[in-house]
Amino acid sequence: MTDLLRRLMRTPQGAIGLILLAVLTAACLFGPWLAPHDPEKMDFLGRFRPLGAQNWFGADQFGRDVLSRLLVGARSTLPMALAATLLGTVAGAVVGTASAYLGGRWDEAIMRTIDAVMAVPGLLLALLLVSTLGNGAGNAMIAIAVTFAPGMARVTRAVALTVRGQDYVKSATVRGESASWIIFREMLPNVMAPVVIEATIRVSFAVMLFATLSFLGLGAQPPASEWGLMVAEARHYVHQAPWIIIAPSLAIAMTAIAFNLLGDGLRDAMNPRDER
Amino acid sequence: MSASWLLRRLALILYTVFIVSVLVFGITQALPADAAVTLLGENATAEALNAIRERLGLGDPIWWQYLRWVGHAATGDFGLSMRTGQPVGPEMLTALGRSLLLAVAAILVMLVIAVPLGMLAAVRQGKLADMATGLISYLGVSFPEFVTATLLAMLLADTLQWLPATGYVSPLEDFGGALRHLALPVLTASLILVAHVARMVRSETLDVLHSDYIRAARLKGLPERTVLVRHALRNALLPVVTIVALDVGYLLGGIIVIEEIFAIPGIGRQLMVAVTARDLPSIQAGALIMSATYAVANTLADVAYAVLDKRIRYD
Repeated sequence: MTDLLRRLMRTPQGAIGLILLAVLTAACLFGPWLAPHDPEKMDFLGRFRPLGAQNWFGADQFGRDVLSRLLVGARSTLPMALAATLLGTVAGAVVGTASAYLGGRWDEAIMRTIDAVMAVPGLLLALLLVSTLGNGAGNAMIAIAVTFAPGMARVTRAVALTVRGQDYVKSATVRGESASWIIFREMLPNVMAPVVIEATIRVSFAVMLFATLSFLGLGAQPPASEWGLMVAEARHYVHQAPWIIIAPSLAIAMTAIAFNLLGDGLRDAMNPRDER
Repeated sequence: MSASWLLRRLALILYTVFIVSVLVFGITQALPADAAVTLLGENATAEALNAIRERLGLGDPIWWQYLRWVGHAATGDFGLSMRTGQPVGPEMLTALGRSLLLAVAAILVMLVIAVPLGMLAAVRQGKLADMATGLISYLGVSFPEFVTATLLAMLLADTLQWLPATGYVSPLEDFGGALRHLALPVLTASLILVAHVARMVRSETLDVLHSDYIRAARLKGLPERTVLVRHALRNALLPVVTIVALDVGYLLGGIIVIEEIFAIPGIGRQLMVAVTARDLPSIQAGALIMSATYAVANTLADVAYAVLDKRIRYD
């Protein structure tokens, strides 16, 4: 693990990604204490106050401190995206590995069905699911997880197919182990590396998708300071205060960049073949 | 490419549409909305509600309702919109036309930008142009559509006043106006695709540039221009066809947000309106038409790939 971390730090993408991730984690863990102001405190004299000493990132339409809202909002954005990715990855990994193990007609049927589900554009599927489950952050999280699962299943299956031919899987079959033992104990642990890389990159999609759902009014609900919601609320005040749009936009982009870089860094670090 | 391969692809489209129809029907049935109440309002009498439930067949078994819906949908009849009372099918198809205009324009703009950019990055590997392309790609895939759209509208429409911020003009009525109104949405939609495809073109071109036949072409003494355009470009572009098809999926999803922000009455915006109003027939029709469009686009890409690459034989 420390070895992986060291190799990750040696790639430029990995290093920058890790630093950005550290900043985000700090915001999630200590956001309320780091925030210079109360994120909910309104100040009608300070409406649309520009960037300056009093409000570093300016103040919004209610005179609330934008920086404080961003810091506290990290909590309602990032953990949701992580949970959605984790849930979708686990579900997808199990289905993908099982499909590769079963092979033959089962594999064909499962994969064609997954292809079909993937023919529904991601945002559309998430939108339909949220409208069924009801608006809200938790339901948006579940919808994103369901949206991600088919893609993860496809990736996992591709890897699992190569694992399936390995001697240790054959020997487990000959030993007479049950299907679930072979899938969960023999195959799954050995497909994890590429799946983790894929999942890391997916977190950036999850962040964007979650923010988009919130932007459309289906995800996090006011007065939460979820970043997508902050952009949606700020749109009416473009003329008065562009910074209340720019600040949360950049926060979303920074998070997405962090996980994209981290994923690329992991890919390099986990591929010992490329080491020179 | 054999006839049986084409038949299999067609069967796959049908299977896809079937699964999607079950998915869409299942989801909309689970929606916490009573169609009769949505139609008549909260204050309707019990008799009136029962009469309309009878007429819509809401008491029938669920599989029968599904079959009836699919049967009608196959003939283009998606029922009447609960919001407007108009037939949903024609409404959605008109909207799809506007969305496709936006999507095709976005793909064209993307190709014009992304292909030269990706090739430039590959030829100048490790140099400034390469790093700039890498940076653009990273930024492009890291901004969700609603952020790009909002920031672009802020810059080009509000601050500089170059383009109208919202609205739709039919290109048949006023071509110049249509272009001006489409500029921002198309720009937004193509930015993410550019990031994606430029990266892909770069890595494919790099692979091709390190291949034996490029070495051979260079050793023959062909000018670098000819080597790049005649030999490298054609082979590097093949896999891009597939990526573009996959991006149509992104595009159709992204269109929901883009049309919502720029107030374009395409299928994405119709769908958002339907979701907000809990207009079941419109949601069903919109979702099914969008997914079918994507499935068809994917198949067309596969066929194009097979036609372009003579080495691949599908049978």
